[in-house]
Amino acid sequence: MDLIFMTNVLSATVVAGTPLLIVALGALICERSGVLNLGLEGMMLMGAMAGFVAAYSTGSLGVGVLAAVVAGMVMSLLFAFMTVTLAANQYAAGLALTIFGTGLSAFLGAGFVGKTVAGFEPLAIPLLSELPLLGEAFFHQDALVYLSLVLAVAVYLFLRRTRGGLVLRAVGESPEAANANGLRVLAVRYMAVAFGGGMAGLGGAYLSLAYIPLWTESMTSGRGWIALALVVFATWRPERLVLGAYLFGGASILHLVLQGVGWSVSTELLATLPYVVTILVLVLLSYNPTRTRLNTPLSLGQPYRPSR
Amino acid sequence: MLLLERRQLDSNLFRWLSPVIAISLTLVTAGLIFLAMNRDPIQGLIYFFITPLSDIYGWSELGLKMAPLLLCAAGLTVCYRAKIWNIGAEGHFLIGALGASVVAVQLVDQDGFWVLPTVLLAGMATGAFWAGIAAGLKTHFNCNEILTTIMLNYIALNLLVYSVHGPLRDPFGFGFPQSVMFGDSALLPQLIPGTRLHIGLAFAMLAAVSVWVLFARSFIGFQLNVLGQDARAAAFAGFNTRRLIWFSLLLAGALAGLAGASEVTGPLGQLVPQVSPSYGYTAIIVVFLGRMHAVGIIAASALLALTFLGGEMLQIAMGVPRAVTALIQGLLLFYLLICDAFIQYRLRWRPSALAPAFNRKPGHSLAQEA
Repeated sequence: MDLIFMTNVLSATVVAGTPLLIVALGALICERSGVLNLGLEGMMLMGAMAGFVAAYSTGSLGVGVLAAVVAGMVMSLLFAFMTVTLAANQYAAGLALTIFGTGLSAFLGAGFVGKTVAGFEPLAIPLLSELPLLGEAFFHQDALVYLSLVLAVAVYLFLRRTRGGLVLRAVGESPEAANANGLRVLAVRYMAVAFGGGMAGLGGAYLSLAYIPLWTESMTSGRGWIALALVVFATWRPERLVLGAYLFGGASILHLVLQGVGWSVSTELLATLPYVVTILVLVLLSYNPTRTRLNTPLSLGQPYRPSR
Repeated sequence: MLLLERRQLDSNLFRWLSPVIAISLTLVTAGLIFLAMNRDPIQGLIYFFITPLSDIYGWSELGLKMAPLLLCAAGLTVCYRAKIWNIGAEGHFLIGALGASVVAVQLVDQDGFWVLPTVLLAGMATGAFWAGIAAGLKTHFNCNEILTTIMLNYIALNLLVYSVHGPLRDPFGFGFPQSVMFGDSALLPQLIPGTRLHIGLAFAMLAAVSVWVLFARSFIGFQLNVLGQDARAAAFAGFNTRRLIWFSLLLAGALAGLAGASEVTGPLGQLVPQVSPSYGYTAIIVVFLGRMHAVGIIAASALLALTFLGGEMLQIAMGVPRAVTALIQGLLLFYLLICDAFIQYRLRWRPSALAPAFNRKPGHSLAQEA
């Protein structure tokens, strides 16, 4: 393996990990507030579709990204209405969101299959992109990759260093105590869910505007679910999430690497790798139940109705 | 202001009214969607829900689509009653179709009554094996079954696609990714001659009845119900939770695997990549819409089978994208979950949050208020 090959692999890993990172950052905030949204896949698809359709119609990538964020957010607000206001079962509502988002995006995007837009182009950051290996991978990428890294830092600082982060964690750990302290649990959860939705939409737009600039039905192919596993992997901590996203991203391009070094294994078999890796990671992480319980936000998945 | 207030008892009326309201709301929304697309809404609804059933062929096609939905839903019902969130029916279905096809292709020249049962059993066994992976991961490694079953769905799909492109590909199939046609002795008998309806529907009905017997008449059904309602109570009662998890997942896997096997030995007669128009995911809606009850899931599987036929009809008659099926299915589940909130809660009109305390007349007891 020569340096150019290594550089390409690393660069492709970052690109493959970026949508996972964006979506998982949103899910992390959402889950830290105690709401488990299984609808990531549906929101991503809506974001991918809306982003592509908007960018195709207006010719502006910025409008596309904005439309994707809004689409993801609108979907997540539907979810929030069901689970936060109506205290519905979060598992069932999340599944509903995925099924609905898959159907709605396929329906609305039906006329745009096979069309193409000029997607995001890599921008080299002067000097830094000259670094060996890492330069190409992290400093010669498209704008959304940089945005994802900025967002990761922002989420980290928000959770650790701000009052808002403290409020969010309090609501997620013990909504009763937070409520007793005068925090508005439902409002916080609405905001957290909406943030998660916006990020899922953005992650979807990364797929349809940067990764492969086109729209096809169900093009996320399970990335929303992998992002969900990623949050468990990161034990709800943003710094581990960044590492995890690139690990999972690496797993999803492993087939390219293996083909690159001359292994001739069927593409379809190698395409199962990211899912197999996800299961293996889950096994490694969750076989110690105490550890999982210590890290999980305490009220995750529990509906909360403030008593008057 | 409008308040959501917890009922003292869950409303049984709403438990059964909620699907009716949800279906009505879905119909109205579907009409509005047609209107937004400049199509006649009434005509659209007629094409979607009525035209497909205008002749005996239409009804037989309904039964054909109902069979896999009901088989998958019967298995999922057992899981969901115990709050085991198995999303893997799609994967069990696909891998069952693959397992059955592998055996059927080996036995393509064989003639005998044992061929078909062997093929079907192979489908059930591979489906159960696939679900067993998720069961083992849950009981021994504490892995969340939602994530593992979803991942297994994608793995199953890729294995299936790999098989029809590779080892199972028909060498004389002009390069199409599909297996050889199965031998006649591996095909399911038809229920109505001249149609595609096969006895898979009878399997499905049998499965639904068995689920009813399981929950109405058996101790293991009772244990599953307790596990679903309160896992701690089940543990205190000494129920073997691990065994219950294995039982429900293996059963769901076997039934969905049978559905997959029935699809390749029934209407298709060979393995193709598009063996499932996401029957396994749609079955989730069937279970919720059917109230996790045998009679309910039979009715719900018929309705959702109709959405597949209606989508095809609308595409032909009005040029509406085929995805309208998935859209309407998703809407239905959405409305259903919203309506379900009113099983546990009711809406109360209150002038303001403080008013009741001031307006309360002397002698008016709190008990009456509640």
